[in-house]
Formats: sequence, structure tokens, C-alpha cells
Amino acid sequence: MDINFSSEDLAFRDEVRDFFDREYDSSTADQLNGAQGGDYKGAIVAWQKKLHAKGWIAPGWPAEYGGTDWTATQKFIYETERGLAGIPDVVPFGLKMVAPVIYTFGNEEQKAKFLPRILDSEDWWCQGYSEPGAGSDLAALNTTADYAGDNYIVNGRKIWTTFAQYADWIFCLVRTSKGMRKQQGISFLLIDMKTPGITVKPIVTIDGKHSLNEVLFEDCVVPAENLIGEQDKGWTYAKALLAHERTGMAEVADSTRMLEALKQRASVEVNGGKAMIEDPIFQMRLSDIEMELMALEYTELRVFASMAAGGMPGSESSLLKIKGTEISQAIHELQLQLASYYGGALPDDLNAEQLRHDFAFEARGKYMYGRAATIYGGSNEVQRNVIAKAVLGL
Amino acid sequence: MNFDFTEEQTMIKDSVSRFVRDEYDFDTRTKIVASEEGISREFWSMFAELGWLSVPFAEEYGGFGGSVEDIAAVMEELGKGIVVEPYASTVVVFGGLMAASDNESLKTAIIPSIIDGSCMGSFASTEAQSRYEMSDVATTATACDGGYKISGEKTVVANGGTANKLIVTARTSGDQYDRAGVSLFLVDAEASGVEVKSYKMMDGQSAATVTLKDVVVAESQLLNAAGEGMDLIDQVMPQILMGLSAEALGIMATLNTTTVEYTKVRQQFDTPISSFQVLQHRMVDTFMACEQTKSMLYRGLCQAGEDDRHALLKTVHALKATVARYGRLVGEEAIQIHGGIGMTDELNIGHYVKRLMMINVTFGDGDFHQKKFNQLAYSA
Repeated sequence: MDINFSSEDLAFRDEVRDFFDREYDSSTADQLNGAQGGDYKGAIVAWQKKLHAKGWIAPGWPAEYGGTDWTATQKFIYETERGLAGIPDVVPFGLKMVAPVIYTFGNEEQKAKFLPRILDSEDWWCQGYSEPGAGSDLAALNTTADYAGDNYIVNGRKIWTTFAQYADWIFCLVRTSKGMRKQQGISFLLIDMKTPGITVKPIVTIDGKHSLNEVLFEDCVVPAENLIGEQDKGWTYAKALLAHERTGMAEVADSTRMLEALKQRASVEVNGGKAMIEDPIFQMRLSDIEMELMALEYTELRVFASMAAGGMPGSESSLLKIKGTEISQAIHELQLQLASYYGGALPDDLNAEQLRHDFAFEARGKYMYGRAATIYGGSNEVQRNVIAKAVLGL
Repeated sequence: MNFDFTEEQTMIKDSVSRFVRDEYDFDTRTKIVASEEGISREFWSMFAELGWLSVPFAEEYGGFGGSVEDIAAVMEELGKGIVVEPYASTVVVFGGLMAASDNESLKTAIIPSIIDGSCMGSFASTEAQSRYEMSDVATTATACDGGYKISGEKTVVANGGTANKLIVTARTSGDQYDRAGVSLFLVDAEASGVEVKSYKMMDGQSAATVTLKDVVVAESQLLNAAGEGMDLIDQVMPQILMGLSAEALGIMATLNTTTVEYTKVRQQFDTPISSFQVLQHRMVDTFMACEQTKSMLYRGLCQAGEDDRHALLKTVHALKATVARYGRLVGEEAIQIHGGIGMTDELNIGHYVKRLMMINVTFGDGDFHQKKFNQLAYSA
């Protein structure tokens, strides 16, 4: 057993490191990591355009549509280096979610119309799946699309729509037929956000920020040419996409980086004149997390090795999602514990830098928003259902 | 990158696996445990014939020339059958120390006899006060004509009753807690002044209190330089801990599989209890616990082949702590999910759990190793 990379792979790793070192400057970093103020969307688009110029924007896509043609190992190295460098992943809705559906199930016109604009980040996409009555039970969705001539008339409400306020397009699951099994009769529809009848209502989350929205559709006229594949077969396409969404949720490199930052911080923060990292109980909490992460790193490597050998990511991605999100939440918890009182300070009313605990705002924000990680992408309870069925045969 | 066992390793793994499946069912094991000696000499000879006893030894001594990966492969399969024959104490611990010794004449004399099955060995390190600190040694070895006189008492010496050779830690210099001054002696269990009182432990294996009264040993019986025994122990300990953890992994996997299968046949409220989501999620948690333990073991096996000693030690301490934590989770959930039947001595579940409990306390429990990990990871 070994985890050695070939010399070609090591050379590739150096190339990735070198590129990130050069191109990911500190002002980009500040804006992408949610520093106060600034043009968040503009910063993301600018960074993604840099990746596109380099040809690295869509490692997961087939080369013929603009992917990288990397081996599984190279993709793994790229993701690891990205996480270790602290660079946020690309916004997934266009590049990682709708694009695979379009190039797998869409027609030639749809591919030609949408894929290039996703690649160069000209179009911002959002995901219209969840509804007030359809969360983990996604197939219970109720937004209707009635076929009328060459159009669909869409009515309903989508919720938890991340960055809908920036979006040019939304991909939706809509109900086109009733009276059969609830998974049947669902269609996959692409909708222009400028369509009359669409209203976006912001939802402020417990971290005090606005990334989520409710999207309302009132008699929206959507051209039938925006239907992906066949009518009523959308569930099949969406399921293929969900497997995509779950892969790579372990975020080991990101957690490794956060944990290192936490250790640094714990050697600065003191209690009774002694650094917190020297406190035996704090050390136990730290190593509870670090040991779990050390194991997860190898779980991820094992999954990756089986994929590199030609296996498909199956229910292992559920395991990675559960453990990865539990670990990142545990890091957030300990970060906030370290922030103590200062984690409670609100940026509008108090200048944390004056309190010399400038990490505290971010610690609270990450903790609060981080609660979502075990809810989205198929809640961790749903992931446990998946493993129970697929692995344990229960 | 590669996480597969080699063809050779797979062959030996399969051979142990077949033995456990075909010849070591739970009834057979129960009879062996109830027998006078508590082990089967017949099976031990078979282990020798099949070459399992030669795994960690260099070819020049007649060994298989295996690595810690080979040991882990064998131990995992032995764990699945909770095999009580003293493979861990003789081959992995005693044998591991012998293999690392620089005393060539001793190695030439002893190792072939381990391989052919005639020598069972045991490591006598624990004392009544020492708990897990290996360097807390009150047993003394005083220089005398041509050798040493050893006096002291060793407690819960694993398989001390069946061993004909013992490696004893004794102090040749320094104070009770000093690292320096601990020496390793090969002592014949039959030697004059050695008294062995054997007793059964809860996992069906035996242990012994070994009393040494002015036991005379020649200087040639030292495994390495006098006073430097801790260096040898430290050198071998990662391999020992990985071997025990592999055994624990085999036990955990078996407990999980057995429990999952049981829920599919056990009916309550007119339905198999496997249909209950609360039980499903708990079994998913124990499944993930097992996968994480396996990953930590594989991390250690990969790092054993590299040069970074600090990284390996961190992993090995983390591994033993993980085995403690997840071993307990898996064991307790297996009993709980089995319900009343899980409480019975007749069912194998409790016996698997008890072996896990003994592995936990062997060479340091979870807290002990997590503390060591913390020292390595967080102390400046």
C-alpha cells in the first residue's frame, strides 16, 4: 500500500500550485471569502474567468464540451490543491449541476446555446428544486408547467434558491403530469430569470447574510424548446445529477486548512495567561476532530483510488458527505468556542478589530451558515437512508 | 497510489480466512477455551505448517520476510474468528521484538523455533503499578558473574502460561520511571526462580503473573544493549499496535455484519426490525465507524513504508484511540440492536465485544494514546 503519485502527477501538482500562487491574490481572496463589502458576484465571475482562460474551469466535463481531459488522479490533485490554498470551489449551479444534465440529456441546440456561456461565466445559474412542501421528499414538488402550444405556463414557488438574486437562468423541476407515481410526471425545465411573472424574495439566514431566496412563478411563459429531454422524465435526469452533486463533498483539503488555522489561532488566544492550545481539554477536542479528519483523508483516497481504477462513485459519496460535513461543522464549533464573547459581536455595531479578535465575525458566520451543510445536497439523514439501502441492504 | 494487498498477501489472508470459516466456528472455539490449556496445540502446528508463524521474520532465519501489511492481513482475519491461539503475543509482540533485536546468536537460536511452532513467546512488561507506562519498571536486573540476576513481579502477562520463552523488561540502571536503564532479557519460563501463575481473562485468552526471584541470565540473553530496551520497544510498537488494530477491525466488521443480518430476520411488530429507520441509521453509523478505522489503519500501513517517523507515530496513536472509541461504539450497538439475545453468553456477540475490550487496554487505552497524540501534535 502506498499513496505515491507518479512523477507526471507530481509535475502537474506543481503546475497547479504555481498557478494558484500567482493568480489567487489577496484581494480576490478577501472578496471570495466573504469579507465585508465589495462586489461578491463580480469577484467570483472575475476569478472564474481566470480559470476559464487557463482552461481549468470545468475539470469534470468531457473534453469535447470544454472539459480538461484530466485523469481521475489529476482531478483529485486539482481539488486538493484548491482546498489547501483556501480557494472556494466554483459556483456549482451552472458548471457542476446543470451543465452535466445539458451535455448528457440536452439536444444539440441546447448544448450550443448554454454550455459556452456557462464555461465563460457569462450566465449565472441557480437551482429550482426545493419547494416549501418538498425538501428531502423532493418528488412531492408542486410547481406546475402546463403545456400550451409551444410554451409551458409555469406556476408555483421554489425555495432555498442560492444566489437567485444574481442569476440569469434557473433550472427547475416542474410537474407536467399528475395522477401517476409522484416521481413520474416531473420535467426538467430551463427558465430565463427575466421572464415576466418571476419574483425573487430574499431570505436572510441565521448568519445575517443574504444568499438564499424564494422564487415565485406566476403564469410564466417558458418556450417548450427549454425542456431538457422528454417531458415527464425529469426525475431520471435529476437523479443522475444528484450523484454528481454528492461527489467531492468530503472537502478534506478545505477542512485541513481550516483546522491548521484553528490551531494557529489557539496558540494565540489565551486563558489565564496560557495559550488555549496547551489546555488539555481543548487539546482533546482538537484531536477528536483531527483524528477523524486523518481517517477521512484516507477514506477519500480509498474512494478516489477505486474511481481511478474505473469504479463509479456510488454510495461512498454519501459516506464522504456525512463525515465531511460533520467534521467541518465540528471545526466551526471549536472556532466559535475559541472566539468566546467576541463571536457574539455584530459587525454593524462593533469593530472586532478593536477588540483584537478579528476572526470572531468569520467564526460565527461560518458556524451559523455551516449548519446548512448537513441539510443541503440531500440531508445527512437522507444520506444515511441511502447507505442503509445501498450498502447494508436494509 | 494503491490500497490493495499484494497477491502474496491476499493468498495468506485467504488462507487464514478459510481456516476461520471452515475449521474455527464458534463451537470449536468455545471448546478450546474450556479446555485445560485454553488453546489448541494442534491448530498451532497447523499455523506453523501453513507458514503463518513465519510472516514477520527475515528469510535468512527461515521467515516469510513479510512487512506490517502482512501482519495486519493475518490479524484482521484472525479477529473475525476471535482466534485464541497466541498469534499476537508470540508472533507479533514477542516475535516482533526478537526480529528487531541486534543479538544475532539469540535470533538464530529463537526465531526458527517460533516459525516451526515449538516456541511460544510472551512479553512480560506490565507491573502492578505501571498501567500503560512501559518505562515504569521496578523489576531489577543486577549485574553478577557473567550476567544478571533478575527480581520482580510482572502482572497480566498475555499468554504467560503457555509461553516457554519470555522477554522481560528489567531495570539495569536508573530510577523506577526512567526511560534509560530498562533492559530486555530473554528468560526461559522454566528457569530456576521463575514462577508463573496463569489465569483466564474475559476474552478467553490467558494471562499470568510472573514472579522472578534471583533469576540468573547470561549477558548473551540481552536483546540489545543494556539500558536501551525502550528504544527497541519504541521501534517495534507501531507494528504491534497496527497488528492489534487490524485484529480489532476484523472483529468490528464481523459484529457489524452479524448485527445487520440479525435485524433482517428478527421480527417485531409484524415486520423485520431492519425496516426501522432508527436502527438503520445506527447501523450506518457503525458501518462508517468501521470504514474510518480501516482508513486510519491503512494510513498507518502506508506511512510505515515512508521515512517520516513523527507522522507515523501520530497516526499510530490516533489509530489506537480510534479503535478504542469506535470499537466500543460498534460493540455496544451490536449488543443493543440484538436486544435480549445479545446479553446471552451463548451467543458469539458478547465474546467478540470482550476481545475488543481487551485489545483496548493492551499497550495503552484510547485516552492514553490520544494524550500521546496531543503531545506530538500540539506541544511546542
